[in-house]
Amino acid sequence: MIKVSSSPHVHSRQNTQSIMLFVILALCPSAIWGVFVFGLRALVVLAISIASSVAAEYALNLISKEKTLWDLTAVLTGLLIGMNMSPAVPLGIPVLASVFAIAVVKWTFGGVGCNWMNPALGGRVFVFFSFSSAMSRFVLPSALGNADAVSSATTLSFAKTALSSGEFIGQNSLQILQTQLYPVSRFAESLSNSTGINAYTIDAFFGLQGGCIGEVSALLLILGGLFLIATKVITWHIPVVYAASYALLNWVFGGLPYGTGLFSGLVIDPLLRGGFLLGAIFMATDYVTTPVTRKGQVIFACGCGLFTFILRSFGSLAEGVSLAIIIMNIVTPTIDRYVRPKKFGYVKPVKGGAK
Amino acid sequence: MSRFLTFPRGGVHPGDMKDLSKDSPIKTLETPAELIISMSQHLGAPAVCQKAKGDRVRKGELIATAASFISANIHSPVSGTITDIRPVTLANSVCCDAVFIKPEPAEDDPTFDTKGYASLSGEELLGIIKDQGLVGLGGATFPVNVKLTVPIGKPVDFLVLNGVECEPYLTADYRLMLEHPRAILDGAMIISKIVNPGSIIIGIEANKMDCVAVLEDEIRKAGYPIKVAPLKMKYPQGDEKQLLKAVTGREIPSGKLPIDIGSIVCNVGTVNAIQQAVAFGKPLFERVVTVTGNCVRNPGNFLAPIGTKIRDLIEAAGGLVEEPDKLISGGPMMGFSFWDLDTPITKGTSGILALKYKGRQQRQTHCLHCGKCVAACPIGLEPTMMYNLITSGDYAGAMAHDLMDCKECGSCSFSCPAQLPLVQTFRLGKKMGRAKK
Ligand code: SF4
Ligand code: SF4
Repeated sequence: MIKVSSSPHVHSRQNTQSIMLFVILALCPSAIWGVFVFGLRALVVLAISIASSVAAEYALNLISKEKTLWDLTAVLTGLLIGMNMSPAVPLGIPVLASVFAIAVVKWTFGGVGCNWMNPALGGRVFVFFSFSSAMSRFVLPSALGNADAVSSATTLSFAKTALSSGEFIGQNSLQILQTQLYPVSRFAESLSNSTGINAYTIDAFFGLQGGCIGEVSALLLILGGLFLIATKVITWHIPVVYAASYALLNWVFGGLPYGTGLFSGLVIDPLLRGGFLLGAIFMATDYVTTPVTRKGQVIFACGCGLFTFILRSFGSLAEGVSLAIIIMNIVTPTIDRYVRPKKFGYVKPVKGGAK
Repeated sequence: MSRFLTFPRGGVHPGDMKDLSKDSPIKTLETPAELIISMSQHLGAPAVCQKAKGDRVRKGELIATAASFISANIHSPVSGTITDIRPVTLANSVCCDAVFIKPEPAEDDPTFDTKGYASLSGEELLGIIKDQGLVGLGGATFPVNVKLTVPIGKPVDFLVLNGVECEPYLTADYRLMLEHPRAILDGAMIISKIVNPGSIIIGIEANKMDCVAVLEDEIRKAGYPIKVAPLKMKYPQGDEKQLLKAVTGREIPSGKLPIDIGSIVCNVGTVNAIQQAVAFGKPLFERVVTVTGNCVRNPGNFLAPIGTKIRDLIEAAGGLVEEPDKLISGGPMMGFSFWDLDTPITKGTSGILALKYKGRQQRQTHCLHCGKCVAACPIGLEPTMMYNLITSGDYAGAMAHDLMDCKECGSCSFSCPAQLPLVQTFRLGKKMGRAKK
C-alpha cells in the first residue's frame, strides 16, 4: 500500500520510547552501584518502586483506555523514585511514593506531557513530608564500616546537625566531618595524602557516602549525564548552568552559615553531595516540567541553583534539591509565556511609523 | 579556504542519503511515448493554452502563454501531436488542465545552436528569460523574470547562487555543478548583467566539496568575479532565508523578499537553464531529475522532458525492487507524497523518491514539552505552542504566535520524539486561520 501523507517523510531516530530507554540506561550504572555498596536491600527497594509505579500506570490505563506502558515513562518514574529512597526505607514508602507520583502527579493532569511537576520528585517530596523521620534514616556503604549503620546520616545532614549545635563556628562542612570523625574510606585517605584533595570529597566523588540508593556516586551520575548529552537526549544547558549557579552562590555566600565570611564557601564539594547531581542531571532536565526555549532553560537552571542554595544553607532540612526543582517546575509555565525565542528577521517596530 | 559558514538558529541534520545517486552522471532520458504537460508548471496563475486537440507542435514551440504577471510560458519539449487536453492531478495535489502530446520526432527538429549574446542589454536578456518560460528550478518555481526585475531604487549587493541542495537524497544540482560548471558560471554572469550585483557568491554545502573545487577551478580559468562559499551541512540551508543569513549575515524580515535586504538568490539549476535559454535560445522544457530511494533498482539522475510520467523515469532507473511505502515528488523533508505513477513531472520536480521504511513505525504520544521543535525551528517559532493552540481550535491564538511565518520546512516534525504531525497541523491551521479572517 502506498501511503500518502504530509511532509516531512523522514524522521529523526528519536521517539518517546527510545528517549525514556536512554534515560533509564543512563541511570543504570548509578543504580547498580547503589545495590553494590548498600546490598540487596537496595535492589528490593528499586524493584518495588518500579513494580508499583508500573502497576499504577497499568491500573490507570485500564480506567482511561489509553495504552501508555510501552512508552516506558512509568518504568523511569519508578526507577527514579527507587533511586531517591534510602536503602533502609520501610518498603511501604516507595510504593506510596510511586502510586502518588503516577496517579496524582501524572494522571490527574492527563498523563505524560500534561503534568506540571516531575512525578518522581512529587512522589518523593510527598513521602518525605509524610514520613520525615523514616525518610531521614540512612545507612553507610559497607566499605565505610557499619558502626551504628542504621542511624547514620548523610554527610549533609550530619554537618548540618553538628553546625546547629553551635560548636563549630569557623569550620567548613568538611572540617566538621573530620573533627566529628565521620568515617572515610582507606582508599580515599591514601589518595588524599598523595593529591591533597580532601578525602571526603574523594569518597563522595567515587560514591562512598551515606545517602539515597541512586545518588551516592557522582562519577557514575556524571557519566550517565555525558551519555545523555552525547546521544542528544538532553543538552548541557540545564545541568551545567544549575551546577555553575549553585557552585557560585556557594562560593560567595556558602561560608556565612559556618561563620567564615564571604567568598569562603566550598565550590565543588557541595555538588557531589546529597541528591544534587541526580537532581541536576536527571530531574531538572525532565522535558515535561522544564521550559521549551534555551533561554528559558537557563533561567530555570539559575532558579534551581538559587533555591537549592537557599534551602540547603538556610533551610531546616539538609536537602533542598527536590524542593528547588519543584519550585521551578511551578514557575515553568510562566517562563514559557514570557521567554520567547528571538524570531528570524525580527525588526524593532519603528515608532510612529507605518508598518 | 575560509571557515565554513552556516545559519545560527535552528536546523536539523537528516542523513543525507546522497550516496545512492551522486555518482551516476546525468543521463538523457529516451523520449517517452507520451508527455502530459500541465498548465500549472509554476507559482502563480496557470498558463493559457494556445493549442487545441489534434494540433501539431514542434520541439520548443510555445504552447501556452503566461496568464498574468506572475505566471510563465510553456513550450513543447518534443515535436508531435496533441492527443488530448484534460485536467490531471499533479503530485502536489493541484488539479489543472494538461496537454497530452504524442511525440513524433521530425527530421527538421530545431537543434538550438550557440548564439552570441554579448551585445544584448539587460532588458533584452530579461525579455529572453521571460519568453523562454524560465522559472526557479529549486522547487518554488517562481517566474525568473519577475525575480530579476529589480524595483527602482533597490540596490543589489549580493547575487547568491544556491548550490546547497540540502534536501536529503537529491543530487540533481550536484551533478549539474560537477558536469556543467562553466554553463552555471556563464549563467551567473548573464544574471549579473541584468541586476548588477555588488558581488556574486555560490553557496555549497560541505558534502559537495568536489563541486567547490571544480567551480573554483573554472572561475579561475574564466576570470569571473565569483566567490564560492562552502557551508556547514544543515537543513534547511537551501531556503533563501537561511542561505542569505549564512552567506551575507543578513536576515529577511517576516513577509519580505530577498531584494528587501539587497539580495537575489538563484538556484544553480535555474542559472544553468538561463544560460541555455540565452546562449542557445532553448526554452525551459527539460530538467534534471534525481530518481532514487531504497526501492529503486539503479538510482540516478536524468535529463527528462517536462511532462514525463513518473512511471517512465522509474523504469529508466531500472524499475522498483519492491513496493514502496511512499512515493515522493521532491525531497523527503518538503516534497509531496503521491500514489499515481502516471503523474507527470513539472518544471519544479527535482527528484522522485520511492521509499520503504525499515523498522517499526513509531506511535504518536502526547507532546513531551521537550522543546526539540523549538530548538529546531530556523524561524524561531514555537511549534509546540502553535500545535496546542490549533488542536484546541484557537486559530487566532496560533496566528498570534506567528503561524503564518512557518515555511513548512519540516524541521520540527523531523525532531519531534512524540511523532506529532506538526507541519500537517500548521497547514490546516493556516487554512482555517485565513478562512476565519
Ligand atoms: S515547519 Fe514551520 S514551525 Fe516547523 S521548523 Fe519549519 S518553520 Fe518552524
Ligand atoms: S518536539 Fe514534539 S514533543 Fe517536543 S515539545 Fe515539540 S511538539 Fe512537543
